[in-house]
Amino acid sequence: MSLNLADVKRIAYLARIAVEEDEMPGYLQQLSNILDLAEQMQAVDTTGIEPMAHAQDVMLRLRDDAVMETDRHEAFQAIAPQVEADLYLVPKVIE
Amino acid sequence: MFNTSLKNLSGLLAGKKISSVELTQTFLKRIGDLNPSLNAFITVDEGKSLAQAKAADALIAAGKAGPVTGIPVAQKDIFCAEGWRTTCGSKMLHNFIAPYDAHVIEQFNRGGAVNLGKTNMDEFAMGSSNETSYFGKVKNPWDLNAVPGGSSGGSAAAVAARLCPAATGTDTGGSIRQPAACTGITGIKPTYGVVSRYGMIAFASSLDQGGPMARSAEDCALLLNTMAGFDPRDSTSLEREKEDYTRDLNQPLAGLKIGLPREFFAEGLSADVARAVEEALAEYRKLGAQTVEVSLPNSKLAVPVYYVLAPAEASSNLARFDGVRYGYRAPEYGDLVDMYQKTRAQGFGAEVKRRIMIGSYVLSAGYYDAYYLKAQKLRRLIAQDFTDAFKQCDVIMGPTAPTTAFNLGEKSGDPVSMYLSDIYTIAVNLAGLPGMSVPAGFGANGRPVGLQIIGNYFSEAKMLNVAHQYQQTTDWHTRMPPLHGEG
Repeated sequence: MSLNLADVKRIAYLARIAVEEDEMPGYLQQLSNILDLAEQMQAVDTTGIEPMAHAQDVMLRLRDDAVMETDRHEAFQAIAPQVEADLYLVPKVIE
Repeated sequence: MFNTSLKNLSGLLAGKKISSVELTQTFLKRIGDLNPSLNAFITVDEGKSLAQAKAADALIAAGKAGPVTGIPVAQKDIFCAEGWRTTCGSKMLHNFIAPYDAHVIEQFNRGGAVNLGKTNMDEFAMGSSNETSYFGKVKNPWDLNAVPGGSSGGSAAAVAARLCPAATGTDTGGSIRQPAACTGITGIKPTYGVVSRYGMIAFASSLDQGGPMARSAEDCALLLNTMAGFDPRDSTSLEREKEDYTRDLNQPLAGLKIGLPREFFAEGLSADVARAVEEALAEYRKLGAQTVEVSLPNSKLAVPVYYVLAPAEASSNLARFDGVRYGYRAPEYGDLVDMYQKTRAQGFGAEVKRRIMIGSYVLSAGYYDAYYLKAQKLRRLIAQDFTDAFKQCDVIMGPTAPTTAFNLGEKSGDPVSMYLSDIYTIAVNLAGLPGMSVPAGFGANGRPVGLQIIGNYFSEAKMLNVAHQYQQTTDWHTRMPPLHGEG
């Protein structure tokens, strides 16, 4: 078992996912199994190998500094959970 | 009419033998009859589809029709389509009406195609069985006790059951090819960067690629002509000249060199799948192809590498689902962090949560080098194996999946055993190569077997040619599951 319950609690916080106490053992088992699978990677020596982040070695394109988008905030905010005065509402973060 | 190829339907429409409205009504009726038992569609909107069909008929009447004008195409529910509910198979987006079109949807709209509805899928494309959808499991039309594969299982089941002539899919680790194999249809994942990811809800951005799913290679070629193309809004879309993917369909195969990776014919491959693949290879030899053994020594690590890299990218991509700008928000919460945590706990299903958590872990301080960086280094070795193999052959062939479709519920309790059903497809995504699956007979349980064809970068036209020639001398791709429904 590569993880313990404290690890699962920390991972759940990093992921911003609420995990109930009774779900913890299940996650512990499943996440450990997946990490055990990942351990197989250690069998191969990768010293000196350049990491491959992407399938194609391409440069990011540059474009002209021109207006590309139109103002569609009404359409975008029409599907938001809570909006007031064109602003997205969330619980207060600064007292 | 429902059992006609896209190519022939296109001819019938252009010759005004049928109208797009009639055709669309035919498929809508079939969906109404058969979807309750298959659950292949999440959203169907007759009004919207028929309005597009009427517009297509007007284009045809005005002599402005193209190859897909008036053709009803089912869209995987991962593609945003303006005004259509776009759920990605998740409770998180159960109420999300897309405010814009994905590039793929724009391309079909420009071509005058009809959006026939949004197909079911594993939640956020994470799964190989279509059992993780918030909107319920999809059934395999060949056997209602079997999974249709995943994640594009709704699209695969819909094409196989002739609920649509064609559909779109996306493939991050096999999600076009494995369901195509499980349901006896043809699907192609193009080279990474050929189809724009704009408006395609992101899972693992360095691996995700959209592609067509249809009944034949010829139909896939016509669809890929519509879907492919440069799009400046996707930073990884490749600036290449427009290709005609049908151009080489009729080329003979004499002299074709087929590479057979010995690792794909080893332990873990079921005997009935091996037999069907061997028979397909014998057919290719009759067509004048030669086979040569090649090796992909690092491919055995593709599954562990993928289950580090894909969750890492997913944990970053899915951070946007926070209950603030769109989608689900928990009804009760305290402070901001509590709102995020409850929203995400309630909005995501179990497999998605597992992958986000694995991704958060492998990217966290102290573990990044051992997992994420290690996986990226192995990714290069896996890609290099293919480069070496293609020095000896024109295409690579093997099974798409180690078994035929498994039973519903058979693997849903054991994530790692589910992951191993993509053992032959994942390496292709890691390398960014094109791959396809072509129907090649049936297994011992009467469920379809898929032959995988892997090509070198940008060799889609060649692969479609290789598949098409096989489909000229075999009839596996014309087989239809025994479903009852009037068309």
